[in-house]
Amino acid sequence: MKLRGRVWKYGDEIDTDGIYPGKYLVSFDPAEAGQHAMEGIEPDFHNKISKGDILVVGNNFGSGSAREQAALALKYAGVGAVIAESFARTFYRNAINIGLPVIEMKGVQNRIAEKDEIEVDLDAGKIRNLTQGKEFSFPSIDAFIMELLNMGGAIPYYKNRMKR
Amino acid sequence: MGMNMTEKILARSSGKSVCRPGEIVEANVDVVMLHDVGTPGIQNPLKELGIEELPPSVDVVIIPDHFSPAPTVKGAENLKLTREFARKHRIKNYYELGRGGICHQVMAEKGHIKPGHVIVGPDSHTTTYGAFGAFATGLGVTDTAIALGIGRLWFRVPLTIRVLLRGKMPAAVSAKDLSLFLLKKFSGYEVLNKAMELCGEVIERMSVDGRMCLCDMAAEMGAKNCIIPPDGITLDYLRARVKEPLSPVSSDKDAVYEETFEFDISKLEPQVACPHTPFNVKKAKEMEGTRIDQAFLGSCTNGRMEDLRIAARLLKNEQVHPDVRLIITPASQEIYLQAMQEGLIEIFVKAGGAITAPTCGICFGGHSGLLAPGEVCISSSNRNYMGRMGSPKAEIYLASPATVAVSAVEGKITDPAYRMEKGGIR
Repeated sequence: MKLRGRVWKYGDEIDTDGIYPGKYLVSFDPAEAGQHAMEGIEPDFHNKISKGDILVVGNNFGSGSAREQAALALKYAGVGAVIAESFARTFYRNAINIGLPVIEMKGVQNRIAEKDEIEVDLDAGKIRNLTQGKEFSFPSIDAFIMELLNMGGAIPYYKNRMKR
Repeated sequence: MGMNMTEKILARSSGKSVCRPGEIVEANVDVVMLHDVGTPGIQNPLKELGIEELPPSVDVVIIPDHFSPAPTVKGAENLKLTREFARKHRIKNYYELGRGGICHQVMAEKGHIKPGHVIVGPDSHTTTYGAFGAFATGLGVTDTAIALGIGRLWFRVPLTIRVLLRGKMPAAVSAKDLSLFLLKKFSGYEVLNKAMELCGEVIERMSVDGRMCLCDMAAEMGAKNCIIPPDGITLDYLRARVKEPLSPVSSDKDAVYEETFEFDISKLEPQVACPHTPFNVKKAKEMEGTRIDQAFLGSCTNGRMEDLRIAARLLKNEQVHPDVRLIITPASQEIYLQAMQEGLIEIFVKAGGAITAPTCGICFGGHSGLLAPGEVCISSSNRNYMGRMGSPKAEIYLASPATVAVSAVEGKITDPAYRMEKGGIR
């Protein structure tokens, strides 16, 4: 799986209230969620982002609530992938489950600048920074997680499992 | 090489004799907890999975608590959907408004938590149930729907951090101060995505209420789960509530931990987490004088009897500061009733406090006490993220029930130690 997009950067401790404020928890509509993506931090986020853009973020991204709308909001706002120094575990699971690629890589914040154009090869574990003309590797994604992502998330995976 | 409690529970539930950190296992889930945010959320994933009947192997408990009592029509619609789902699937463990309260408290009170069980729910504070020796963790709605619909779910066996707590807790500090202290110690992500096992004499002497508070806030530390070895205190609590025989799990003597942290807390002072992250912890003393507009006592972290009792002792014959609103949310109907019988509610009302129905509303910024821009709240809840309780321009300080109560009277953040020692409290 290869992804290409422009980068938007955020720092450490971006929590789920910032990604998807609690007052919208009554809704599970993906399109509506997309409208509120990152609203707690940057109310205009959904306007600035183009389809396929990639977030490069700091530590403990998605900390806090188990709300799946946080991952859903980013996906439906157009985010193609999130690359973080580290993720909070529920956000990580939720993203994989809905088929939003998430990559953990120490030091990524120093290697990519805002608005850089990058290409991510999930299978090869490589990121090419097209703007800076550099390439680097990230720790390979677990085979099981890759299988979930390739199948489009946890629902197709378990549906398939039930058939067997 | 032995296994620790978390590994043992995951091994047993996935039909293995041994499992090790990093391994992915598929565990049988014993109990799924649902609330009025999760129940609407799982509808689509259940439909996509093609699940019409729920497997009998999973105990389901439904406790509407977030947008309850309904603050909006949309909230009412979700509550209606939740109620109808419970009826359709003949869920006997459904706790309607007025008969339940905040889900994590109700789960314990009504005997739905058993040592050694795997319990999941679409709520990050599901970690609370580890206080009784269960493996319990929060999930999103897709994972929850899979656990509910199939009865099994994948987990990566976590690395485990052991936290050994020594010494004697000073009179003015409570489990909440200890939670905040651990947040400070683990602000370098020491327990992120890991299991945290709490032990030592401090834990052995701690009440069920305190243990639940600690396991609850393990969520803020980023832990996957938090677990406490069941002992006499656990079993006394559970025997009064659980009919089935219990089979507690304990860690082997030669169990492996990624690391053991040892803290002596004999000199611990009251703590506060400053805006806008629970990791930003300072001594209450350092923040003294910070003006407050609202004080909140409640939530799944601190709305239990022990919390209300300590606040009542500090509020007796006192008045909430004229510039402050004090809101008190008992964590459940059972607690509400007991607080009433003990005369605590009368103390709160006479002091000028406002009591709400047991709900999550205030803590997550849903309803019943949101903050305006520029307002400052001291709260016994668990999160002080920007915008958590309303306006992103408001500030939230997290503290113990004692610090919240004393600060409400003073109108500013106040270390409760002096009053508690002077008043001979505890």
